[in-house]
Amino acid sequence: MSILEYNGAAIIAMTGKDCVAIACDTRLGAQAQTVSCDFKKVFQFGKTFVGLAGLASDVQTMNSLLKFRKNLYELREEREMTPRVLSNLLSNLLYEKRFGPYFIEPVVAGLDDDNKPFLSGMDLIGAPVYTDDFVVTGTATANMYGMCETLYKKDMEPEELFETLSQALLSSVDRDALSGWGATVHIVTKDGVMTRELKGRMD
Amino acid sequence: MSEFTNNTVNSVKKPVEETPSGFSFDNIHRNAMIEQMSKQQAASGSNSSYLPQATKTGTTIVGLVYKDGVVLGADTRATGGTEVADKNCEKIHYLAPNIYCCGAGTAADTEKTTELISSQLDLLRMNTEGSQSRVVTACTMLKRMLFRYQGHVSAALVLGGVDVDGPHVYQIYPHGSTAKLSYTTMGSGSLAAMSVFESGYVDGMTEEEGIELVKRAILAGVFNDLGSGSNVDVCVIRNDGTTKMDRGAVQPNDVTPLRNAINRSDKLNMRSGTTAVLKSSFKPHSVGGVTLADVTVTDMET
Repeated sequence: MSILEYNGAAIIAMTGKDCVAIACDTRLGAQAQTVSCDFKKVFQFGKTFVGLAGLASDVQTMNSLLKFRKNLYELREEREMTPRVLSNLLSNLLYEKRFGPYFIEPVVAGLDDDNKPFLSGMDLIGAPVYTDDFVVTGTATANMYGMCETLYKKDMEPEELFETLSQALLSSVDRDALSGWGATVHIVTKDGVMTRELKGRMD
Repeated sequence: MSEFTNNTVNSVKKPVEETPSGFSFDNIHRNAMIEQMSKQQAASGSNSSYLPQATKTGTTIVGLVYKDGVVLGADTRATGGTEVADKNCEKIHYLAPNIYCCGAGTAADTEKTTELISSQLDLLRMNTEGSQSRVVTACTMLKRMLFRYQGHVSAALVLGGVDVDGPHVYQIYPHGSTAKLSYTTMGSGSLAAMSVFESGYVDGMTEEEGIELVKRAILAGVFNDLGSGSNVDVCVIRNDGTTKMDRGAVQPNDVTPLRNAINRSDKLNMRSGTTAVLKSSFKPHSVGGVTLADVTVTDMET
């Protein structure tokens, strides 16, 4: 089994009309054994959210590293970091470790200066993928791609985006043994962030 | 820092704290131990590898010289294992205003290598009174970078551009060997594309003929190689210095009209209240980013 699948994760990010949303499961496992049902794997950086799927220790290491670099940037530049900059920073942090990588596959979702949605995904050595619809990462990628390809529509309003994203995630993790046990969704609009905890199967 | 940049300027005033550059090998011992442990666990059998796969470009990339310039072409599929990771990625990378470079191999390597060389070329131009970059220079910088890493940076490139010596196309292998050719193909779809080139290439083609042949070569890769797919990107660099980047020059796999024709079931439209919510909270954005007041300062442990 790949080390990326050791702890289990499922993360989806989607764009809507002037909004983005990111959803993740909340399981932390050690292979088949579930250790925790409230593990954090999506992190907020201003108007940008970063989802980190993969080895839990590297998820937390990368979160602290990103937080440090983002704070340093904002203190030096006296302005907020846009999602594109954060995505590039993350990509370069990962590629620096090209020959001894962190075992994480991140997604970045946020609103830029003009409140336009931004979405990107990356592999473990920082090869970026930019899309304008949805990105998925984790142990249930095949399931999540299937759900997103069928349910996704362009220009959804925040409420419909939430329902679509939630249903795509919940259905995907029900067919994956390594992820699930609850889910959290963040919907980012120009006004603020709506955070919701979802009821999911606990088996 | 490239050897082409003017070091004397920098050595006069060295920054107080220089951040280390280049690759970091910090995690290598840890990762080797993880590999060892997971191998012991799976000792009973299974040849499954612990190391996750990086995204590959799969790729068909081509380049040719025509009467007054070069034409580069690429497909737009990126794969992770057998999964299509990106259906419309950009494989024709910018190096200089008069030089572009197609990349095949590990996606991160092609992306970052071309990015690095592009910035080194920019610095070089600034140090040489803004004179135009030459294609040989780009080729030499790329091959030196790749040779230094002995093929571990797996980027297979088709480099094309025009300079004072006219139009040039180079192919560059991951180990750092290069060849100057009038037409070339690379990537997993290179055989399919080369069969088209071998039957169709003639010296002194017009721009239209060149573009048409490149499109046909990429399409051969798209349809006959599983690692290549989606659209055809074409980039033309002319002797007069103008360039034309045509993203999605051919889109044989566009599904939008098909999708729009589907009578979408109303069951696929998620109504408000479908999902059971346990907790919900709203937080307005804070403005202005981080200030010193927001950063928790903790004493260093001594």
